[in-house]
Amino acid sequence: MSTTVVPPSPPQKLNRIGLGPSDYKGNKSTLCAGCGHNAISERIIEACYELGVEPHRVAKLSGIGCSSKSPAYFLSTSHGFNSVHGRMPSIATGTMLANRNLISIGVSGDGDTASIGVGQFIHLMRRNLPMIYIIEDNGVYGLTKGQFSATADLGSTLKNGVINDLPPIDTCALAIMLGATYVGRSFSGDKKQLMALLQGALGHHGTVMLDVISPCVTFNDHVGSTKSYSYVRDHDAPVGDVSYIPFFEDIVVDYDPGTTTEITLHDGSRLLLKKLNADFDPTNKTEALKILMEAHDKGEIVTGLFYLDTQKPNFMELLNFVDEPLATLPESSVRPPKKVLDEVMNSLK
Amino acid sequence: MGTTDLAVKVASTTTSRHEKVINDLSIQVATVNGSGSQSANTVLLRSIFRMGIPVSGKNLFPSNIAGLPTWYTIRASKNGYIARRKEIDFLVAMNPETAEEDVLSLRAGASAVFDEKLNLQRLRDDVIFYPVPFDALVAPVCPNAKLRKLVRNMIYDGVLAKLLGIPMGEIHEALKQHFMKKPSAVDLNFNAARVGYEYAEKNLPKRGRFYLERMDATRGKIIIDGNAAAALGAMFAGVTVCTWYPITPSSSLAESLASYMKRYRMDPVTGKATFAIVQAEDELAAIGMAMGAGWAGARAMTATSGPGISLMAEFVGLGYYAEIPAVIFDIQRTGPSTGLPTRTQQGDILKNAFLSHGDTRHLMLLPASVEECFSMAVEAFDLAEEFQTPVFVMSDLDLGMNNWMSDPFPYPAKPMNRGKVLNAKDLERLGGFERYRDVDGDGIGYRTLPGTKHPKAAYFTRGSGHNERAIYSERPEDYVNNMDRLSRKFETARKRMPGPVLQESDGAEIGIIAYGSTHWAIVESLDQLRQEYDLPVSYCRIRAFPFSERIMDFIRRYQRVYVVEQNRDGQVYELLRIEADAEDIPKIHSIRHYKGVPIDARSVTDEIVSQEGKK
Ligand SMILES: Cc1ncc(C[n+]2csc(CCOP(=O)(O)OP(=O)(O)O)c2C)c(N)n1
Ligand code: SF4
Repeated sequence: MSTTVVPPSPPQKLNRIGLGPSDYKGNKSTLCAGCGHNAISERIIEACYELGVEPHRVAKLSGIGCSSKSPAYFLSTSHGFNSVHGRMPSIATGTMLANRNLISIGVSGDGDTASIGVGQFIHLMRRNLPMIYIIEDNGVYGLTKGQFSATADLGSTLKNGVINDLPPIDTCALAIMLGATYVGRSFSGDKKQLMALLQGALGHHGTVMLDVISPCVTFNDHVGSTKSYSYVRDHDAPVGDVSYIPFFEDIVVDYDPGTTTEITLHDGSRLLLKKLNADFDPTNKTEALKILMEAHDKGEIVTGLFYLDTQKPNFMELLNFVDEPLATLPESSVRPPKKVLDEVMNSLK
Repeated sequence: MGTTDLAVKVASTTTSRHEKVINDLSIQVATVNGSGSQSANTVLLRSIFRMGIPVSGKNLFPSNIAGLPTWYTIRASKNGYIARRKEIDFLVAMNPETAEEDVLSLRAGASAVFDEKLNLQRLRDDVIFYPVPFDALVAPVCPNAKLRKLVRNMIYDGVLAKLLGIPMGEIHEALKQHFMKKPSAVDLNFNAARVGYEYAEKNLPKRGRFYLERMDATRGKIIIDGNAAAALGAMFAGVTVCTWYPITPSSSLAESLASYMKRYRMDPVTGKATFAIVQAEDELAAIGMAMGAGWAGARAMTATSGPGISLMAEFVGLGYYAEIPAVIFDIQRTGPSTGLPTRTQQGDILKNAFLSHGDTRHLMLLPASVEECFSMAVEAFDLAEEFQTPVFVMSDLDLGMNNWMSDPFPYPAKPMNRGKVLNAKDLERLGGFERYRDVDGDGIGYRTLPGTKHPKAAYFTRGSGHNERAIYSERPEDYVNNMDRLSRKFETARKRMPGPVLQESDGAEIGIIAYGSTHWAIVESLDQLRQEYDLPVSYCRIRAFPFSERIMDFIRRYQRVYVVEQNRDGQVYELLRIEADAEDIPKIHSIRHYKGVPIDARSVTDEIVSQEGKK
């Protein structure tokens, strides 16, 4: 039996609805230490706490993948749904149809979104369903151990040397073209920027699509990488077990709008992040797409809020249904009276 | 054999060749798809119905918008038989491409109304021919050349009215009902029918034995197709979310639902609706949306057919394992693959019973009539929420897209059953809950809906292993516990699902088991077996899966039991063999009909007689 005395925790600072940060926590993460996805969960926790989001109003939705496990790791007093691979958009759509008062936060992977789920993704954006859709984008399939995803850069290699010879899908450009009304990109380690984007997202009334670059510490381990499996195995830990997963520190960046910064990932590869200028006008669709296309040519990853439209009606507004949630309408509102059935029957006689 | 399966040149008949036959005949109109014959056919059907004669109509159409042959069969039966009958007594040959084959497949003594130009009388001398100069007749009544193609068909309604004895007043009334909002269309079409009538009066002296006379067997009855009936059922079930993707023969279900709901579930002033109907991007999304909505507490449904069901398999497995209510209308068509997309079959039974990977079992309702399309739609939503699982309503093209006579549908007798849902007050009282715990011993856990304002309300839904508290678990005992509870739930459903309808005959040694739209052929076949072969047969109509114990009792009581169904592999036959006692298995025999056209009584009778060694 343990004799350790647990010191009383310092009093929590409560938010506007009287909840503390711990009320927004989830279960302990089972993702690899250093996985970018964990940092994103933390930002979601912070953003919801700071804005005083009521956890019972949140529906946490996901598909399948390491990223899709994330909803278990934040907001444990919110209903969650870890559905099937790539099809979270339809689950989200149905959920919102049933209860328009919910705040949907969907988490997906780049495989989940841009490969198997690209069809549903496209139509979600097109409908402008009010929800927050976050892609935890690592360029690989994490949960199935490191295959290329459709957002992997042209020319990047797998650990066995296979070269990716297809261009990446830019999910932000796609979302903007299709009709999402709040589209941005960030980096999991950029606390300040990601927080700002998430807080803005929580106040938006249409589809929010955030592509968050989120390094996979485990499967970016090709030869030449100083922190690859083999490197760690040979130089550090005395294990021959291939399922050994090294532990890494989270990558953190902080840089100013309008500037570019280079970060080195755990596998030694580098990303060139460029933050949009503070005076960038996100209401100009063409400009947003132009910036994304130019960045591709330069090998840069632009981050920030690319596009915002607060006027376009969202899907629920187009459907024009009653204000109360459809899910809990009483029988008297959803079962027409007998005289209606009689009227229909008479017309068929 | 022709495409329509009507090749019966000489059929056995109990009446003499010259006796007058009243209110017992079948008419077949052969036209070109897209030629607008539907109005003329519906009006003809309605006029006979208005005369008080039981009537049914079946459309045999190709998977094509215009140009291919299509047939519409009307059966009038004073005995109330509404199954398909293969033998045609009156042919209306409007399609030059099939006219010869259509005439050659008639039985001796039948009649053929045809476009004069086709010169069909050269083909046979044992058929009565009525040539009609359609083009010459239509021109003066329809100056608008564009409409002529459509109006031309009304002429045969007039000709048949004269030849068979349908009062023109009934044609007029039926037209008024058909073109509800367009008096000009009523006049135009009625003029065309009248021209046909007058032409027949002057030029086509009646020969042959078939007549229609007023009787009183349709008073108070309605005519509707199964998809509209199911849509009505869904509306009165209180459906709130319908997500679907177009596919024949299920599209008209969602489309009818949309029109009923717009009319009766929308505020006429604000336009605010108590429902959402969404045409999804594909069936994966359609079922996914229904699952999301069901999870969040809506009465959710989708409607589809075979290929759509195949796509939905993964989600349906999730629905089973994560325990999410949703209603899936499967309007079955002929498979496999794209199969015969506009022909009928009961081909999805086995697949849906176990749809998806792993150990899964699903609840299925098997409606046999338009009335059951309605009542089982209502029932399905209760079952889905009661059992927190996907529920299939297994209709088919014949039931769904054809017009059937029926008694009016009764208003739902029971209030909606929303199942075991805990609200904030319940949680306060209970101090919390465990989502997948079998509290009541019936295998059904309690659930809360997202949005419930209580700190203990939330749980996590997932398709991967979970324990009673809905927490991720791969522990063998948690998995087994969960799977065993799901079996228990299935057994609870076995007692709760609609039981079979039994019709037992004195002295019968053999029985028939059938389900769904096959029912109507059985009703008629039972009479044929008794009248023509002195063979009493008992009948058990299955209405749901899991099967009731009473079905197994039925099998135990008889020497031989014939399972009659419309698929190649005897799908319910196989399911029954899985569940039957070992000693009963040899008693079960299979009769299968899988031509794509609805099953007819004579085929069933002939097969039973032959298997019984009576022929
Ligand atoms: C229908 C189906 N196909 C394949 C899989 C296997 N699968 C599980 S997760 C996954 C990829 C996940 O990759 P990504 O979405 O990028 O998320 P990450 O794990 O990298 O966060 C795949 C292919 C599955 N679960 N379901
Ligand atoms: S495998 Fe990659 S994506 Fe998955 S948890 Fe580990 S680091 Fe994250």
